[in-house]
Amino acid sequence: MTVIDLESYEDALATYDPVMGLEVHVELGTKTKMFCGCSTELKQDANSQTCPVCLGLPGALPVVNEIGVESAIKIGLALNCEIAEWCRFARKNYFYPDMPKNFQTSQYDEPIAFDGYLDVQLEDGEIFRVQIERAHMEEDTGKSTHVGGATGRIHGASHSLLDYNRAGIPLIEIVTKPIEGAGARAPEVAKAYVAELRELIKALGVSEARMEMGQMRCDVNLSLRPHGREAFGTRSETKNVNSLRSVERAARFEIQHRGVALDLETGGTIVQETRHFHEEDGSTTAGRIKDNAEDYRYFPEPDLVPVAPARDWVEELRKGLPELPRLRRARLKEEWGVSEHDMQSILNAGAVDLIVATTEVGAPADQARKWWMGELARNANETGRALDELGVTPAPVPAALRFRPGAPPFRLSASAAGFPGPWSRRRSSRRCGSAAAARSPPSTTASGVCPVPACRPRASCRRP
Amino acid sequence: MPGITREEVAHLARLARLELKGEELDHFAGQLDDIIGAVARVSEVADQDVPPTSHPLPLTNVMRADEVRPSLTPAQALSGAPAQEQQRFKVPQILGED
Ligand SMILES: [Zn+2]
Repeated sequence: MTVIDLESYEDALATYDPVMGLEVHVELGTKTKMFCGCSTELKQDANSQTCPVCLGLPGALPVVNEIGVESAIKIGLALNCEIAEWCRFARKNYFYPDMPKNFQTSQYDEPIAFDGYLDVQLEDGEIFRVQIERAHMEEDTGKSTHVGGATGRIHGASHSLLDYNRAGIPLIEIVTKPIEGAGARAPEVAKAYVAELRELIKALGVSEARMEMGQMRCDVNLSLRPHGREAFGTRSETKNVNSLRSVERAARFEIQHRGVALDLETGGTIVQETRHFHEEDGSTTAGRIKDNAEDYRYFPEPDLVPVAPARDWVEELRKGLPELPRLRRARLKEEWGVSEHDMQSILNAGAVDLIVATTEVGAPADQARKWWMGELARNANETGRALDELGVTPAPVPAALRFRPGAPPFRLSASAAGFPGPWSRRRSSRRCGSAAAARSPPSTTASGVCPVPACRPRASCRRP
Repeated sequence: MPGITREEVAHLARLARLELKGEELDHFAGQLDDIIGAVARVSEVADQDVPPTSHPLPLTNVMRADEVRPSLTPAQALSGAPAQEQQRFKVPQILGED
């Protein structure tokens, strides 16, 4: 085994253009599985949500979940795709015990949605258009636990244990066309695309799209093309990248990694390590997409009838589409009168919807924003929780703010308003003084909520 | 005639995780040839105005409402499993075949 150093990022880009393909799987938030009435709640109790259909027992017949199809159409429309007038499911045959049927019900050459795009905003405000190849319907696999090997890995395991609670949960796979022309910004584009897609999926209400819970997973495919040439280099595939940060890092790593591999290949050296990423899905050599597709021996699913979405249904769904997250963000930023930087902080804190909900129950926008972005955001950050997991809801906020039109900025803190908040566990009752308040960043102190993290806020804990 | 080669049978056998001996490859190549030849006769009667189909009935959009139906109990689900452990299906080593 040859260990190769990673070529510097700049060196790789001096010789090659990165060409990326992103495949994102979204687990839908339907109540039941794609082809049977088993719940998708995923209780810890293994194999408690299975039936003859999702266990692939002989004679069982699948029936399509209407909400699964509707969600797929909504996603397709939001991605500016064409919606197929007629399409079928297909069997993707493979031997791996995570699907008890020995095939996955998917779609092959007749996806329900195709030829779309998603505009994503990069950090400097530039809009990059990512072309969408297709979005198709399929089902999730079961969960395997590998026993007997080191640290639960498949290599060296003596046997594996299968829980099929997840098998059959609806998935939508969204595939981009090759993303070219991003150059050094390819990793940033990848991250921005997945982030925007996640916001879009959440706005559509078809999934919570929590990456950390596996509800949204990304495969990053990357190849490098020598400047000015037509042919792509061999492709690498990094599967199941499960956070926005990892999407960016995987793309960046692969640009460096492929750069080294290609340099050596042109020098006539065979680099064994390039196989590594291809082995994850069981394929043996790099970049042989067509061979792989043939090996899956796709054929139309004979147990399901075609899906032919009526045009008036499609148009009705189109009318019900929410405002695109990117445009909504721009509008809210304008309405709230915040800087790009502050808006980014609000986004990172996951506070946009909470602030909107708080204004909808009667709080002024600036106070609602300060409410969530002050102590609450800090506490969420410190305790590693999401803002909406703190047990604080928007509804009682206006009362807590004791908002009166024309009144000076509110003084009450969240716990003073009687929330069973995260502060109840705090031991420290140290109160802050004005000096502490003055040390805090300007974006969080103006609220009047005590800016000292360790402070146990009370009504007396006020800025002068 | 299609002419299934020995190599194609070996490839299919690998995909199906079947271990075939040399003489079996020849044997099945001949048999698969016969089967494909028989099925190929369909194209003699198929015409431009007969569209290919994957389902015998002209149905579309058979869907069900997204309503939870009772599942099997774990004991029922596992009742046909050759082996089980920790309320899960136990399967032999997955890798290690290549
Ligand atoms: Zn089921």
